[in-house]
Amino acid sequence: MDNISREPPLTLPHYLFIFATVYLLWLLLVGELSRQELILGGLVSLVVTLVSAPHLLIFGGVKLRIDAPLHLLRYLGYFFVALIRANLDMARRILSPSLPINPCMVEVETGLCSTLGRLMLANSITLTPGTLSVDVQENRILVHWVDASPGVDLEAATREIAAGFERHLGGFLR
Amino acid sequence: MRLLADLFLLIGAAFALLGALGLLRMPDTYNRIQAGTKAVTLGALSFILGIGLLYPEWWAKLLVIAGFILFTNPVGSSSIARAIHLAGIQPWQRASSDPLALKAPQEDKSA
Repeated sequence: MDNISREPPLTLPHYLFIFATVYLLWLLLVGELSRQELILGGLVSLVVTLVSAPHLLIFGGVKLRIDAPLHLLRYLGYFFVALIRANLDMARRILSPSLPINPCMVEVETGLCSTLGRLMLANSITLTPGTLSVDVQENRILVHWVDASPGVDLEAATREIAAGFERHLGGFLR
Repeated sequence: MRLLADLFLLIGAAFALLGALGLLRMPDTYNRIQAGTKAVTLGALSFILGIGLLYPEWWAKLLVIAGFILFTNPVGSSSIARAIHLAGIQPWQRASSDPLALKAPQEDKSA
């Protein structure tokens, strides 16, 4: 993808963020907090960060602000509610004898400009009720709707879904 | 605790079953992906929650697995959807645009 090259270069805080992420992953996988593991994990994370950070430009999309974790938590809450609603909705459709689906494609624009931001938005749309991200081109996401009932303004409905996620994602992603 | 864990495992299995049923019933690839991704993602999370209640000492690894599933499942689905979109496959449409003359889907539902 050509737009990866447009990512801004990583700054020192981003290096620290990647280090913290790798370290946290190490600790979660090891599952204990002995001094030995802490030191070894720190060394491994440092090496991994220094070697792989130049290839992890996607992390440049993370906004490192004080209130970012708060936005992340809010996004997760919003996301899980959407995921459960999506499943109940899909269960209803699958179990209905008449199979009430009426598919169509809709395009939606996004204000998130980083690769990571658009990736997370597309992922979120895939897991929300009745929608599936099909393609991402520049700042437009192609969305497949499972139920395009006549009389519903799909463009507006899609914008609404995207805007709901963007509001939360925008707090911690560019 | 045991009962709650069993309940979550049962819910996970039920959603996995719904996902499989969706794959059989849906008329085209896009809709199959829709049915498969959502049901299986929540089903897997429910499994993980159930296992976490059964074996609380595994929570850290289970958390990593849950995060990985949440992050990669939709990516895989979108990749397949993008591939068939680029291959020029159009989404299936209801044969009649008249909502009153609702026909059964063309593909055999007995499959």
